[in-house]
Amino acid sequence: MAQNGYQHDGTIEDNNEVETPTKQPRSSNEMPGYHLNEPNSEVAEADGRAASDRCTSHSTPRHRHDSVKKTRPPFPWFGMDIGGTLVKLVYFEPRDITAEEEQEEVENLKSIRRYLTSNVAYGKTGIRDVHLELKELTLCGRTGNLHFIRFPTHDLPAFLQMGRNKHFSSLHTTLCATGGGAYKFESDFRTMADLQLHKLDELDCLIRGVLYIDSVVSSGPSECYYFENPTDPDRCVQRPYTLENPYPLLLVNIGSGVSIMAVYSENNYKRVTGTSLGGGTFLGLCCLLTGCSTFEDAIEMASKGESTRVDKLVRDIYGGDYERFGLPGWAVASSFGNMISKEKRESVSKEDLARATLVTITNNIGSITRMCALNEKIERVVFVGNFLRVNTLSMKLLSYAMDYWSKGQLKALFLRHEGYFGAVGALLELLHPS
Amino acid sequence: MAECGGGDSSTSSHTMDKSITLPPDEIFRNLENAKRFAIDIGGSLTKLAYYSTVQHKVAKVRSFEHHTELYEISVQEEVTARLHFIKFENAYIETCLDFIKDHLVNTETKVIKATGGGAHKFKELIERKLGLKVDKEDEMTCLIKGCNFVLRNIPHEVFVYAKHADSEFRFQTTHPDIFPYLLVNIGSGVSIVKVESEDKFERIGGSSIGGGTFWGLGALLTKTKRFDELLQLASRGQHTNVDMLVKDIYGGSYGSLGLTGDLIASSFGKSATADKEFSKEDMAKSLLHMISNDIGQLACLYAKLHNLSRVYFGGFFIRGHPVTMHTITYSINFFTKGEVQALFLRHEGYLGAIGAFLKGAEEDNPNQYSWGENYAGSSGLMSVSPDMNPLQRARSGTFDMLEMDRLERQLVNLPLLQDSSSYIPDTVDLTEDALAREYWLDCFEEALDGVVKRAIGSQPDIPEVTERAEKFRQKYRNKLQTLRHQPFAYGSLTVRSLLDTREHCLNEFNFPDPYLKIKEKENDMALKYYLKVVKSLEELGWEQRQLALVRGVLAGNVFDWGAKARPWLVDSYDQWLQRLKGPPHKCALFFVDNSGMDIILGVMPFVRELLSRGTEVVLASNSGPALNDVTNGELQILIERIAAMDPVIQAGLMDDRLTLVQSGSSSPCLDLSRLDKVLAMVVRERQTDLIVIEGMGRAIHTNYYATLNCESLKMAVIKNSWLADRLGGKLFSVVFKYEVPAGKLSQNSSALTPS
Repeated sequence: MAQNGYQHDGTIEDNNEVETPTKQPRSSNEMPGYHLNEPNSEVAEADGRAASDRCTSHSTPRHRHDSVKKTRPPFPWFGMDIGGTLVKLVYFEPRDITAEEEQEEVENLKSIRRYLTSNVAYGKTGIRDVHLELKELTLCGRTGNLHFIRFPTHDLPAFLQMGRNKHFSSLHTTLCATGGGAYKFESDFRTMADLQLHKLDELDCLIRGVLYIDSVVSSGPSECYYFENPTDPDRCVQRPYTLENPYPLLLVNIGSGVSIMAVYSENNYKRVTGTSLGGGTFLGLCCLLTGCSTFEDAIEMASKGESTRVDKLVRDIYGGDYERFGLPGWAVASSFGNMISKEKRESVSKEDLARATLVTITNNIGSITRMCALNEKIERVVFVGNFLRVNTLSMKLLSYAMDYWSKGQLKALFLRHEGYFGAVGALLELLHPS
Repeated sequence: MAECGGGDSSTSSHTMDKSITLPPDEIFRNLENAKRFAIDIGGSLTKLAYYSTVQHKVAKVRSFEHHTELYEISVQEEVTARLHFIKFENAYIETCLDFIKDHLVNTETKVIKATGGGAHKFKELIERKLGLKVDKEDEMTCLIKGCNFVLRNIPHEVFVYAKHADSEFRFQTTHPDIFPYLLVNIGSGVSIVKVESEDKFERIGGSSIGGGTFWGLGALLTKTKRFDELLQLASRGQHTNVDMLVKDIYGGSYGSLGLTGDLIASSFGKSATADKEFSKEDMAKSLLHMISNDIGQLACLYAKLHNLSRVYFGGFFIRGHPVTMHTITYSINFFTKGEVQALFLRHEGYLGAIGAFLKGAEEDNPNQYSWGENYAGSSGLMSVSPDMNPLQRARSGTFDMLEMDRLERQLVNLPLLQDSSSYIPDTVDLTEDALAREYWLDCFEEALDGVVKRAIGSQPDIPEVTERAEKFRQKYRNKLQTLRHQPFAYGSLTVRSLLDTREHCLNEFNFPDPYLKIKEKENDMALKYYLKVVKSLEELGWEQRQLALVRGVLAGNVFDWGAKARPWLVDSYDQWLQRLKGPPHKCALFFVDNSGMDIILGVMPFVRELLSRGTEVVLASNSGPALNDVTNGELQILIERIAAMDPVIQAGLMDDRLTLVQSGSSSPCLDLSRLDKVLAMVVRERQTDLIVIEGMGRAIHTNYYATLNCESLKMAVIKNSWLADRLGGKLFSVVFKYEVPAGKLSQNSSALTPS
């Protein structure tokens, strides 16, 4: 445990320092109520001194790698984001383990590594998003793969049970966790698995995670992308986007609910607003309306349905465009508006209902986002969150809505690692405390 | 509603009941000479509008040349214009059209203006039944036109809704400049319209999540078909069973963002499971919150972007439903942290019909007149408390009406009001003060016998007078009954509105001026003493005379006047006397009160003294009759008579230093924000620097707290022991309130010198 990769030279360290965004604690007037996280800030300060130690390069190599050893946390490295619906877990698998290290590695640690990396599904509901795995990533002087795992929040007890069975607590690791669940389940972690959580603010983690992932992904598919010609379905294609000089940007996180942040720099952001009409609403309504039970089913159904049978369009009322106000005939005048008629209620399919729900929620997010962008005078919008997972439909709708209603002024951007940024941010906090 | 729906029709709820008989006196009134029809057909309610002329009996006074009586009284027919708006369920549309066809005679009308989603659907029916050509008007344009009209003409149109307050409705003073504002119309979808002037408005945004979403999605989720039933379900539900709250995710609040635990993090977030049943009520509630919050949020974002603070909500989703008004209000409060208030309109349901009507009546130039709500012919805001009157809530078989009278004079603000946007005429808001409300409603109910008797007595030779008087009694009693249950029915309930309603009801049954004869007798009597009083006053020393003049005004104002020793209940006489020792006022505006002793022996000597001091005097009296108040017509004759006796008054008239103007009002009270345009002009031209208001109605029930830009004198004797008690005094306590606006004190005592 004591010899984590000491043979790496300082160059990589330095690169890492540059590449990894570090954060100053925000001032309390930027973020009222920040003092509530005081225990966190104390930790941050204590570690911050260590971090500055680590950064100094005047020391001898010997001194230096002592310092690295001292500040690098012991394995395993996890970052966790416990949301209202899903738990997101990122796990760093070191691939540069030396024979010596391997020998010293305790059985528990090995077993966890093997379990996580040799499976793509855990239990009934845990899933590893293999396509998102980041290979050959250098973190804190160690090279390895970053894995992205998720499972429903309601299965958290099973996860804790597993942690207990595998004697996770014996590893004396710090478990950095963010999301509401870090607070809600803190005592469960302690009592059920003897684990102490290091709780982190979810928006801090989210933003840190977004900026980090965008900065480290260089090979393979571009992290950031957009849809070209969003208003022309035939020519609408996904294109990579380079998020250089990203500020200011509007970051829209669509989880169970929605949070909208204006990000002006790495350390300067504010939550503009949010809405309770989010991914949870889509799934909740779909379950009630169609009897489906998973997000994948709901999306699958939506992809086969026709929302115009459910929604009342402008042309249903005006016979065409409402020219007086420049409203096109195809625009939705009333979501679910046709469902006030018994006849039409009986003629729609479950797929139609799922589609209408998706379109309603997505367009509403688009509309609120657009207003925030106008109020904040920001033209670039990055949408993240697990609502967008396997949901090209919504992404294209958002792209369309941003482009159409802003007359091309606003650009909708997406990130491949959709819902994992909070967890990544939590991991970064473990490695480089802000 | 109680007075027009009729008990029998209210049972036939949602059926196309063609057998209902419409009482012709009560529903579509004055169809004989109706013209300029307009119709707004919504999803469930139809609103019909038309213009009619109403024949009124009015008492006119005319001076006799050589006669023993004071003046000639004649009752004449006068024609005034009235706007009728009737709202009923779509189910009755055919019955109503038939009824209109049967009663419409001699109309030169060829077209009917139509708006609303249903206009298209019923076009053929309307054209066939009425033989009128349907002329469609843009819905939004009509809505805005209607909105501007009610904002301009109905003082208590706007209210905020406070579910848990003593009175749910808080009526707002409409800012004299009604623009700019945001209208959020929640129909099946949502339209957000920015209105900048009468003709300039723009749909700046909207949302597809609106009333249709609540209804459609609600019907799917709960298998409940009717919109009203869905709202009722929602009002019984618990959204926390369905919604994922912040505390469901965090275990408590999200402190660093200030998000409390009870906040909804994800609407329907808990229903994302296949193995749990949810109650209809809970789902409906969750849906209601989701939609209301969403609309509120968008409205706030648009209000912020366009920097607007007045946001009105309307559309069928709102339409007097306490449940939706509450959730929208909550949402707006939340998203603006209380900076913007959600405003609602009392006649919201009529806006489209009013606008369509105005479009059709453009050649009559309706916007150049002032209009007043006729309390006798209007139903008032429906009871919105479901427990209070469930039948009314069901809105079945009921007809709701709004009637607006064209006022002879165009009404404007008194230019000397310190802040016209915050001016509230009435001293006590009976909507909020339950004790006071009960007292005054009882008081007016008890006085009803006397009023009926007086009305009968005023027309001794006219047949059927008793029958008419009984109808009046019935109507006014019903109004009082309605107001007991729905004090907010016509805006804030006040002593003024109770008095005005009584006048409107009396007029309705052709009792134009029950006090006419009495006033004449009293005037005649008082005139005989005028010179004597003037002479005795002149014999007094200056200082004594000033007090005697004030006492004269106060004494004239009350029959049972005893010699009230000072200090009075409110007494700033010393300051007034001090002021009189200084330079004279430039011009005094005097709002007069009663006939007889009051005007002739109290006010006129006071006026005479002012004139002698070199102060010009403008006497403002009622345009139309109210109780025993002297009307402008009567006052003209009285002043002629006095002038013939008194050279000071004669000279004042000749030199144009004494002027008579109409107040524009026919109320025993006084609303300084609705006065004759001519009066306002005279006030400005003459640089009025003193306003005198006398009598309980004008100086106590109203304007007691009015702040003016010039010196003012409010004088009254409290002729009501309850009110006296309220103000901390006894019956016949005297209020003498001399006020100088802040900042003008020093000016008055020194710098103001006659030029």
